[in-house]
Amino acid sequence: MVFAPPARHLLRAKDLADARYFEPLDVDDLAGAAGLSRAHFSREFRRAFGESPHAYLLTRRMERAAALLRTTDRSVADICFSVGLRSVGSFTTCFTRTYGVSPTAYRVAFPPAVNHALVPACVLRAYGRPQRRTFREDSDPARD
Amino acid sequence: MIRIANAHLWVHDQDEALAFYTQRLGMEVRADVTVAELGNFRWLTVGPAGQPDIAIALMAIPGAPVMDSETAEQVRNLMAKGFAGTIFLATDDCQAAYEELRGRGVEFVEEPEERPYGIDSAFRDPSGNSIRLTQVREVASV
Repeated sequence: MVFAPPARHLLRAKDLADARYFEPLDVDDLAGAAGLSRAHFSREFRRAFGESPHAYLLTRRMERAAALLRTTDRSVADICFSVGLRSVGSFTTCFTRTYGVSPTAYRVAFPPAVNHALVPACVLRAYGRPQRRTFREDSDPARD
Repeated sequence: MIRIANAHLWVHDQDEALAFYTQRLGMEVRADVTVAELGNFRWLTVGPAGQPDIAIALMAIPGAPVMDSETAEQVRNLMAKGFAGTIFLATDDCQAAYEELRGRGVEFVEEPEERPYGIDSAFRDPSGNSIRLTQVREVASV
């Protein structure tokens, strides 16, 4: 068995966020998937992928929520819970900060009839994941 | 007519990759040749049973003088981060294939899900390369 580059373990954590974003995952779970302590994991993840694991997980959830808003008629609260978040208020705030419009307004702007080129799901997920927009979390290392 | 014959994929370790692509994915070995006069370069290709004219070359990342050590390290890192490429596999029955592969220990990162173009799922090989497994929906021709 060949020694895998350290980034391979970080990729396991990233994959866990992509695969299980709908569960109540947090950064500790991601660190566990990489087999690293939380502080070391957050540092290494940021070095490898250019953003904190917290930001990656949150933007994955925002990307999934946006997709559900565009493609389903489920309620905002239902979608919030479906992407692993538990507070509708925080979800709405975070979504609005990310996309510049509220979840409801976002849905109106993308009626389901506007349908999509048949690009693979990996492309949708990778290119549809938003840039993180922050106000105060940047200065809060505990959120990493 | 020009056809696709082989496409190459970097792998972290050829033996590990060979075991994965044959024992887990059920592919066939098409070629496994080690060439002494080329510094023991190993030409290793695998392909799906029933599709004999297409193979994936599982290539070890070479050392100097083929690739300088810094570049080799970059490739190794890109691969480990999951950015070195994707293989798109097709199947007639995504759910059945998913269950079969899971039974052989393949860890999926996306379970089969309905998409506008069909039913799609994804996993990785041991090196970190992304592999999609898709049941493409038949689209009526216009």
